[in-house]
Amino acid sequence: MNDTPLLQVEGLSKRFGRIAACDDIGFDLHDGEVLGIVGESGSGKTTLLRCLSALIAPDRGTVRYRMRDGSRRDVFALSEPERRLLMRTDWGFVHQNPRDGLRAHVSAGANVAERLMAVGARHYGEIRERATDWLARVEVDTARIDDAPRTFSGGMQQRVQIARNLVTHPRLVFMDEPTGGLDVSVQARLLDLLRGLTADLGLSAVIVTHDLAVARLLSHRLMVMRGGQVVEAGLTDQVLDDPQHPYTQLLVNSVLQP
Amino acid sequence: MTMPLHTEARAAGYNFAFLDEQTKRALRRALLKAVAIPGYQVPFASREMPMPFGWGTGGIQVTASLIGPDDVLKVIDQGSDDTTNAVSIRKFFRRMTGVRTTERTEEATIVQTRHRVPERALSDDQILVYQVPIPEPLRYLEPRETETRKLHALSEYGLMHVKLYEDIARHGHIATTYAYPVMVGDRYVMDPSPIPKFDNPKMHRMRSLQLFGAGREQRVYAVPPFTSVRSLDFEDHPFAVQTWDQTCALCGAGDSFLDEIVTDDRGGRMFVCSDSDYCSRRRGDGETDPARGAAAE
Repeated sequence: MNDTPLLQVEGLSKRFGRIAACDDIGFDLHDGEVLGIVGESGSGKTTLLRCLSALIAPDRGTVRYRMRDGSRRDVFALSEPERRLLMRTDWGFVHQNPRDGLRAHVSAGANVAERLMAVGARHYGEIRERATDWLARVEVDTARIDDAPRTFSGGMQQRVQIARNLVTHPRLVFMDEPTGGLDVSVQARLLDLLRGLTADLGLSAVIVTHDLAVARLLSHRLMVMRGGQVVEAGLTDQVLDDPQHPYTQLLVNSVLQP
Repeated sequence: MTMPLHTEARAAGYNFAFLDEQTKRALRRALLKAVAIPGYQVPFASREMPMPFGWGTGGIQVTASLIGPDDVLKVIDQGSDDTTNAVSIRKFFRRMTGVRTTERTEEATIVQTRHRVPERALSDDQILVYQVPIPEPLRYLEPRETETRKLHALSEYGLMHVKLYEDIARHGHIATTYAYPVMVGDRYVMDPSPIPKFDNPKMHRMRSLQLFGAGREQRVYAVPPFTSVRSLDFEDHPFAVQTWDQTCALCGAGDSFLDEIVTDDRGGRMFVCSDSDYCSRRRGDGETDPARGAAAE
């Protein structure tokens, strides 16, 4: 464990014209910590995630990341090759729609192995072994390693996407509604899997979701966003069980009880 | 008295080698840049040619920009001098330039080719011009041109191995047999045009200049003489060229690329050299002909 935060965000702002999608957002994320970001549609949570993961540049603010060598770097000051290398080795990004994060026309095995080859693995046998291993870890039938992901169910595709991101042992994973669009039983298994993986690998993660149940299961800390601003932040249980801000109270009370 | 064809073309207002001089100069500038950055795809303003894209318009424009009255041109298609594409391109240049054409590989100063590298090694005063349909080796894996350019710029070529991985996963070996991706000068991954992978080793440190023209895609690229051209592979699945059990049925050559030719509808077939000049010269040189020899007896 390291005392300096893995990810340190300060004064992050992003506007789209007159709309402030993110307004002066700051937080620290430490090793092995899972941060949930919840809020309604249009609250700016996805924009925040895209800024954090350097997919889009913010208007103001810094995102500092502690590299593997211990140096702390502003991700927007990194050169493009450095940033891309970071994205395919030390970071992962799990999209809500697995089709955004997978190559539809190559096999599941190749999808998982792509990052390995991108960082220079050139031994087919070893690459395949690691791809098989990862598919097994995310509970995809390894007999289907050579099938294209488009022949998989939504839940399987999502698991392949997770394996594809974790194969290079990233330290930080960004997830955008990882269980969105899946039915409840598949969601439950995926959540189980994610919880196991983040704990086993000591992953840090930033998870965007509108589903408070997902947030409660996965995240240690929670940030509630509304209109581009963080209205409440704290430990997950604390925020959900004793919401202080009226909006959070509304959010918690809106959850349907079956 | 009838005029020679090229004089006729001049009289009709066509410039030497069809393209106007400004276009040729622009193309030669693009080619110089391509030679300076081996394997890098240089954009150029591809012109309408009097034949459809896909018929070798890229190669033809490259040849047209280089050719002078003293040049000797050889055109081959699938290794052969007498297939449709080769015949029509040769005729086009005879008509538009009046230069001498040849079928003999060593006599030519410019060899324009589709799908083959001649069997006979080229010398340093020859130029090999390839016709290229799709210059971007990453195209089928990454459809965005903006992204492939970035991948080339940053030398991120892991994706190319994804394709080879797929081959092995599906077929048990690297099943790509033509347009086999190569690394040029340890920097750029390049599509060698749809030549059989049999020809890839010939490109490595070749003595002659190799130029590639893609007309529809508006790109030229080059491999200067003595540049390393390495075929991509895996450590446990090394690159290997095709081999045949047979030798050429006409000339008996065992070291050339063989085409399978179906001779009847009862399963009859023969394997012959795809390089027609190489094959006929070997026969002319008095090589034995097992097939014909047996038939004569």
